[in-house]
Amino acid sequence: MSCTIRIRIQPQSFDIEEESSRLTEGRSDVGALVTFTGYCRDEGGTLAALTLEHYPGMAEAEISRIAEEAVARWPLSGLTAIHRHGRIVPGEPIVLVAAASSHRQAAFEAASFMMDYLKTRAPFWKKEERVGDQEGDWVQAKAVDDAAAGRWQKP
Amino acid sequence: MSLELRYFAWVRERIGSPGENIDVPSEVTTVGDLISWLSSKDEGYAAAFAEPDIIRAAIDHEHADHDTALAGAKEVAFFPPMTGG
Repeated sequence: MSCTIRIRIQPQSFDIEEESSRLTEGRSDVGALVTFTGYCRDEGGTLAALTLEHYPGMAEAEISRIAEEAVARWPLSGLTAIHRHGRIVPGEPIVLVAAASSHRQAAFEAASFMMDYLKTRAPFWKKEERVGDQEGDWVQAKAVDDAAAGRWQKP
Repeated sequence: MSLELRYFAWVRERIGSPGENIDVPSEVTTVGDLISWLSSKDEGYAAAFAEPDIIRAAIDHEHADHDTALAGAKEVAFFPPMTGG
């Protein structure tokens, strides 16, 4: 099955409806569309913003490699991944993954795989900006994210 | 060997620079050698690479282990574990 892969790294926000439509419009073979949107949360009112740093060039290359792997594993008709960089305030979206397939299991699994690998392989780093002009820290990588990515490894 | 080095997140902050062009001595042949050699240059590099095991590297935009050879590399990047998504 041919699969259209769309990867975007951008500072501006994105429209989930618009991106979803692109994966289904003009097609009659799509039976399932799974979208995941990751948002910036306010951490109980203590977080003013996140600033996402990325490695230009490598970020797009790495997400493309992750997407090609997903397409090789599951029968998808379309796969979209959008990741923002720059300053993002609570309530705004940071990342979108959308996977379209004939069947729901492939779409669910591919979207989940994409997020697990995006979090642990794509070159992005988050720095916190705390409420009240306090100097924020860099978000630390979590072992639970590595474990989540590890479950997709083939024996 | 001449390399373009790139630094990101707190590695960049501790070194105090987003990157540099640098001539590396011939005995530096792997990513791990490069970390050790940079660490001996000054306090900033030493602070950035104080826990070398957690430092991630990429050669020409692809993830690389510390034992990966630098032969043929143009751009080597150092950064903390990724926290995107």
